[in-house]
Amino acid sequence: MNTQTLHADIIPKAPLAPALPGKGLFHLTPVNQRRLDNFKRNKRGYWSFWLFMVLFVLSLFAEVIANERPIMASYKGEILFPIVKDYPEEKFGGFLAQTDYRDPVIADEIKAHGWMLWPPIRFSYNTHNLDLPTPAPSAPTWSLTPEQCAGVLAKRFADKPGASCRDLEMNWLGTDDAGRDVVARLIYGFRISILFGLVLAGISSVIGILAGAVQGYFGGWLDLVFQRFIEIWSSLPHLYILIIVSSIITPSFFVLLGILLLFSWVSLVHVVRAEFLRARNFEYVNAARALGLSNAKIMFRHLLPNAMVATLTFLPFVVNASVTTLTSLDFLGLGLPPGSPSLGEMLLQGKSNLQAPWLGLTGFFVIALMLSLLVFVGEAVRDAFDPRKTFS
Amino acid sequence: MSLEPQPLLEVRDLSIAFHQGGRTSLAVDRVSFSLKPGRTLALVGESGSGKSVTALSIVKLLGATSASYPSGEVLYKGQDLLQANEEALRRVRGNEITMVFQEPMTSLNPLHPIARQIGEILELHGMGGASERRTRTIELLEEVGIPDPANRLDAYPHQLSGGQRQRVMIAMALANRPDLFIADEPTTALDVTVQAQILRLLKDLQAKRGMAMLFITHDLGIVRKIADDVCVMQRGKIVEAGPTEEVFRAPQHPYTQALLAAEPKGKPPVADPTATPVLTGDNIRVWFPIKRGFFRRTIGHVKAVDGISLTVREGQTVGVVGESGSGKTTLGLALLRLIRSEGPIAYLGQRIDGFDAKQMRPLRRDMQVVFQDPYGSLSPRMSVAEIVEEGLAIQSPQLHWRERREIVAKALFDTGLDPAAMDRYPHEFSGGQRQRIAIARAMALEPRFVVLDEPTSALDMSVQAQIVDLLRDLQKRRNLAYMFISHDLKVVRALATDLIVMRHGKVVESGPAAEIFAAPASDYTRALFAAAFNIEADASGVVSQ
Repeated sequence: MNTQTLHADIIPKAPLAPALPGKGLFHLTPVNQRRLDNFKRNKRGYWSFWLFMVLFVLSLFAEVIANERPIMASYKGEILFPIVKDYPEEKFGGFLAQTDYRDPVIADEIKAHGWMLWPPIRFSYNTHNLDLPTPAPSAPTWSLTPEQCAGVLAKRFADKPGASCRDLEMNWLGTDDAGRDVVARLIYGFRISILFGLVLAGISSVIGILAGAVQGYFGGWLDLVFQRFIEIWSSLPHLYILIIVSSIITPSFFVLLGILLLFSWVSLVHVVRAEFLRARNFEYVNAARALGLSNAKIMFRHLLPNAMVATLTFLPFVVNASVTTLTSLDFLGLGLPPGSPSLGEMLLQGKSNLQAPWLGLTGFFVIALMLSLLVFVGEAVRDAFDPRKTFS
Repeated sequence: MSLEPQPLLEVRDLSIAFHQGGRTSLAVDRVSFSLKPGRTLALVGESGSGKSVTALSIVKLLGATSASYPSGEVLYKGQDLLQANEEALRRVRGNEITMVFQEPMTSLNPLHPIARQIGEILELHGMGGASERRTRTIELLEEVGIPDPANRLDAYPHQLSGGQRQRVMIAMALANRPDLFIADEPTTALDVTVQAQILRLLKDLQAKRGMAMLFITHDLGIVRKIADDVCVMQRGKIVEAGPTEEVFRAPQHPYTQALLAAEPKGKPPVADPTATPVLTGDNIRVWFPIKRGFFRRTIGHVKAVDGISLTVREGQTVGVVGESGSGKTTLGLALLRLIRSEGPIAYLGQRIDGFDAKQMRPLRRDMQVVFQDPYGSLSPRMSVAEIVEEGLAIQSPQLHWRERREIVAKALFDTGLDPAAMDRYPHEFSGGQRQRIAIARAMALEPRFVVLDEPTSALDMSVQAQIVDLLRDLQKRRNLAYMFISHDLKVVRALATDLIVMRHGKVVESGPAAEIFAAPASDYTRALFAAAFNIEADASGVVSQ
């Protein structure tokens, strides 16, 4: 590029502007490209991210993986989709309002006039296994002794004398104290934990960024008053308020989300505020002001990208904290309503049923895995946004 | 002379390489020089030429992880410091070889009083006894010209001026009577008047102590003033070396010739007091209140700008000069209505000092600003096209994006940049090119009045001259009114038609630039000019320390 010469009078007639470079959907600025490379270079975090995404996406399809209804069925030439549609049991010769496809009578009836396509696990999170070989909580089926299975085998496989434990319906990780399959509850519980964590982290980030941005950018009295308010607000005892509120209204997913949101939005305010406070006097912000940009535009275009670095670095840890909060509330019995699949509740069952170690161990390992993955991802994100880290 | 004195420091074939992201780049390429006791050697070059890296590697202060030395040796009194172990280096560092860095703001720990920071060095190198150290500290402070040193011992760095801080740094460096003193751009961050004082201090101290000095600078004026010998560095190589006088009289290498010729040249447009006034300010005041006590009552004011009147005319340039803290930039921001001020401001005869942000918005396209730091004034997250067209998108929203791109391209072309590069990002450009982008951003709106806030200060000398030419060229073609803020009088002389000399928020002297430069009326202006053009310190005390 020749910058040495000045061309005062040789202005060409043809348009000077080059054609727009191909800015596809995934166009990345060089800065972001470098960040992505840094993220990928942190192998542990990168693989954790993919593993986490696979688990999360799988859990989103929990209904197809673990369900008490078949995905598809054919009955007397008619193709049915029980997984999405309720069929009254009358259709198959029963009398219940909703068909219980696990009922041997119904199952045999459908099999006699067609076929059923089942999910890999034939339990939903609230399905009670009525053929438990031992009193609930029942151990994983593969670990049962023939004597333990004998009772159920006699009942279910009376016509097949050679049947063993292996012919029973598998509860891969046993059942809980209500006879519900642990694997099914795990998949649904994982989903609800992650979704709760993501939604809580997402909404509280948005609120936190807005509040921090306004405080940092305008400063002065607004900042002073808001900061004092936040100090008082965050010194309220969260747990007691939660206990009180949950004794008045039944805590559902959204009620819990709302209550936790009341306090969790504070976490990002300080970071964003500091970033805006620092950057609002940058020269390029002054230049934008001199160009006549409005405050909102300056905040959005010039300051928010700065604050996003700090925010995105924090985000995985905020998700982690949200997941942990929900789990601990469930563990204390203050969380989601009884019967909901939840990892915290599984831990609680593990605690009250020490003779059934599969409950506590499953809960522990899944929570540990989930939180570790998120922390590893968080580390990789932090590395990726570290401006000094240009190489691994 | 019967015996040539043994060189104190001899650098032979030194190469320094940096490793980053799997790539290795050679910062210094087979550099050799030697320094005898009592002499001053200057390393000169533009930023990125490897002069500071060379100096730092003499005492191996570069991070060991990223830097390596593919070749060469650094012989200090016959001992190769590159091969020396950490313990031997510690004995040399701060004791026999000491350094002073550029930034006096960050070189001192803000949490410790200066006596403690000087005492620490004395203690580290084996001076016991608190009272003994105290006496020595007072001696040292006296030596570097801190007035009333006994009472300044417990001062914290923020209570001292920049020049005084640099004096304290020098006192720390001299504490153990070094044989070799390395000064890495020690005056770059200081005002010209203070710079002249510090340089004289260094020269005096060197004569008194007989120490050798390695002086690193980009300013050839300083070299001529202070150095016995000079090495000119370009891209990691020494392209020319020799006694200062010889190099200045007959430079051999084309790069040295270019450097010597790089001073801003040319004449400002002819002063024309009849041209249309674009912007007038009358008795402008910017006072920042000082609030104390529980009820935050205002007990006084910091008078950053205190009653300044000026008129900027079409096609003319008002130069505003003064030391840092004199209120130049504040005045510029006040005229652009970017900070609150008192006193009438009129744009083309229309009073604008009562306008709110919304009323100002349409006027912003006529009044633009270019800032000092080309690295800070461009958002690193936006491409050049986005940066330049940002103002257009606000001021002329009716334009199609294709038209906007065309205007951007034209503005870049006008400022001497290749429009084809408009979709690249600022970090891919050099400092001078970035400043051109900043100028293009202002020019894209076709303003009539531009505030130039030290647009050349952060740039290398040769680039400064180009930017000055560009600004003058743009002014001529577009009949622009400039307000040019600078502490660099050489640049101001090449651009300004009128001049305002400011100090402590007040006007010291103002009038047509040619007259003031020819015959400054006040003592302060005279001292400022002496410091700027001849690097001579003023002894009469009109300038601050």
